[in-house]
Amino acid sequence: MPKIVVDVMPKAELLDPQGKAVAGALARLGNDTFSGVRVGKRFELTVDGPVDEAVLASVREIADELLSNSVIEDVVGITVVDGNGAHSAAASGALA
Amino acid sequence: MTRVGVITFPGSLDDRDAQRAVRFAGAEAVALWHGDHDLQGVDAVVLPGGFSYGDYLRCGAIASHSPIMREVVSAAERGVPVLGICNGFQMLTEAHLLPGGLIRNDHGSFICRDQVLRVENTSTAWTNGYTAGQEITVPLKNGEGGYIASASTLERLEGEGLVAFRYVGVNPNGSLNDIAGVTNERGNVVGLMPHPEHAIEPGFGPDTPVAMRSGVDGLAMFTSALRSLLAA
Repeated sequence: MPKIVVDVMPKAELLDPQGKAVAGALARLGNDTFSGVRVGKRFELTVDGPVDEAVLASVREIADELLSNSVIEDVVGITVVDGNGAHSAAASGALA
Repeated sequence: MTRVGVITFPGSLDDRDAQRAVRFAGAEAVALWHGDHDLQGVDAVVLPGGFSYGDYLRCGAIASHSPIMREVVSAAERGVPVLGICNGFQMLTEAHLLPGGLIRNDHGSFICRDQVLRVENTSTAWTNGYTAGQEITVPLKNGEGGYIASASTLERLEGEGLVAFRYVGVNPNGSLNDIAGVTNERGNVVGLMPHPEHAIEPGFGPDTPVAMRSGVDGLAMFTSALRSLLAA
């Protein structure tokens, strides 16, 4: 069954305390390769049936209205993953 | 008698304390349920603190889509006084009844302390019983109380006097401009992270120079609403 993956990140200009805590842990472990960490969310929506434009439009709406809060977060990706694990970017329109 | 509804959501913690504060202020407290579509004709609404739906998705996000919130939104648009405390404040921002949003405290830790606030706007339904610039002490307890908004929203809030409360002395969570609470343009919807309902009865409030636990600075928030309803 196809899945649609929605990725949400805290807005770039806002402090991400969770990412800061992870970056601090990396530094304490002696890892100095990474200068920053930001933590976001990944949602996997399973679809019973084909993914058509109507389904994608509905995902874009859900991503904006429920899965993210545009005051503090951005939807950074909407991707269709088919049963074989192949990806296709499906939602450039939602990122505008 | 004036009737003030307090909505209980799955995971609400401070609904009983809020009901008690309403009774202490001299009104009837009406217990409301998140799954209902009925505000039972109350004159004002309090959204209490807690961890509705386990803070899943975002704090207050799922609660803001609950059946009763549709009624709260339309009541707020009619001018009914609505107060959101802590998780209730988060719900009001998620429901777009108040501007901005709340994120995890900048230091990453849950914080619990008696917090001094300055009342910045005394013309709202919930703050008219205070004097302008009055400093009050009420308990604060949250993990995600960092108030944020875009630069243009902050400018509008400051320019139009929509900041209701500001942290004094210490900013406990990284809130922009030390904002502890805000109001809408009409002044009937107010949200704040600290907990006025825990500072209403001598013996159970914050410490004061007079006596331990004698602080009752939160009570005026509830009596303010009664006063504004009687004046209406």
